[in-house]
Amino acid sequence: MRSDRPSGTGVIIVSLLIAALLEVVPFPEAINWIRPEWMLLVLVYWVLALPRRIGVLWGFGVGLYYDVLVGATLGQWGLAFALGAYVMLAAYKRMRVFTSLQQCAVVFLLIGTVSLLAYSVQESVGRTSYPPYTILYASFTSALFWRPVCAVLRWVQLRFLVR
Amino acid sequence: MTASANPLYRLVAALVLSVIVIVLDQRTPWAEPVRHVLGYLTAPVHYIAHFPVDSGQWLSEQAQSRSSLMEENQRLQRQSLILEQKVQRLAVLEAENVRLRELLNSSADLDANVLVAEIIGVDPDPNRQELVINKGTVSDVYRGQAVLDAQGLIGQVVDAGPLSSRVLLLTDASHAMSVQVNRNGVRAVLAGNGQTGLRLLYVPDTADIEVGDLLVSTGLGQRYPRGYPVGTVTTVRHQSGAPYAEITALPTARIDRASHVLLVQPSDAPARPLMGENANAQ
Repeated sequence: MRSDRPSGTGVIIVSLLIAALLEVVPFPEAINWIRPEWMLLVLVYWVLALPRRIGVLWGFGVGLYYDVLVGATLGQWGLAFALGAYVMLAAYKRMRVFTSLQQCAVVFLLIGTVSLLAYSVQESVGRTSYPPYTILYASFTSALFWRPVCAVLRWVQLRFLVR
Repeated sequence: MTASANPLYRLVAALVLSVIVIVLDQRTPWAEPVRHVLGYLTAPVHYIAHFPVDSGQWLSEQAQSRSSLMEENQRLQRQSLILEQKVQRLAVLEAENVRLRELLNSSADLDANVLVAEIIGVDPDPNRQELVINKGTVSDVYRGQAVLDAQGLIGQVVDAGPLSSRVLLLTDASHAMSVQVNRNGVRAVLAGNGQTGLRLLYVPDTADIEVGDLLVSTGLGQRYPRGYPVGTVTTVRHQSGAPYAEITALPTARIDRASHVLLVQPSDAPARPLMGENANAQ
């Protein structure tokens, strides 16, 4: 079918930028612990929705952007996002038939794993002062927000004909 | 279609690239251009994220009543009068200080220009104590520049983007600087504890440091200007058997409440007063 021509790259980028905004919008100190990984959630959605277009290299690029945004070691999240995108590419067929609870569990494991990877890079350069299990809070809230993010982006995808 | 290419190859490419970038960023300045270019794209996000805070402040300023504005005006006038009086004394002291330094054959750089910047973001990662400010290399901000507020030092610029910069706070676990006790000149290394406090490292148990002592920057290390207040000692604990005293301090700057900060611009003459002093003392 010729209608398969890719379209809507701008919409994908705008959705990622809005996620970036949610990442840095000021919140009370206590809520920072449970701030969901918005950019990773949005990236995971687009990988699952458009596995032929959005893949590992997108993950790497978005991760580098995230590194500069939050001032992390350059490449730390690039590594994590690329790995996350790869795992989702490998599992997207299964993810589509999972129930929402199973999907949330997968998102929790995925975000927990790649955050741990990023954390270990950060620790190797000596920029951590809290124990590694603290990243689980954000992974958990990310999993809670997976379905709402999915619903919103699904609507966006249909509304703006992103293929 | 390129989509048929095995994503595993791409993953390996991305992983290798990541590791290279991480090493470059840690060990060399070569990753700076990447950061700089991406900085053009990240700064707008920080600006927009700060916008609700900004407009909220603007609204509350607009909505203030005339009487409260007049009250504030009077208070500020009184404050400015007091400050002016202090500045008069300062001018005399400064002149005297310069004369005394001339006697010691060492030069003084007491004057420094400052650039005002607004805090537009706080690092979302609790492991890093950093701020984002709305001035970048376009406004001549540079890496290593000292940042302070009205009460004392806040930290230093660690990453100067084109339109915004990141400031590493004194309280970050990876930050340390040289300070001296204002009362008697005892020098020590002041490090952040990763939360909201500071601690003095490797201070001998017998050193004359008391609770309430003001710690000021020494200018050693050529990074911070000399003589700015940094912290106040809050606890001093002597443990028998331990080689060093356990001393904690709190920053004098109101780091968590400041909305504007000052960036110290270096004065023209790169003077090295402490070196001259040491040479003289020997």
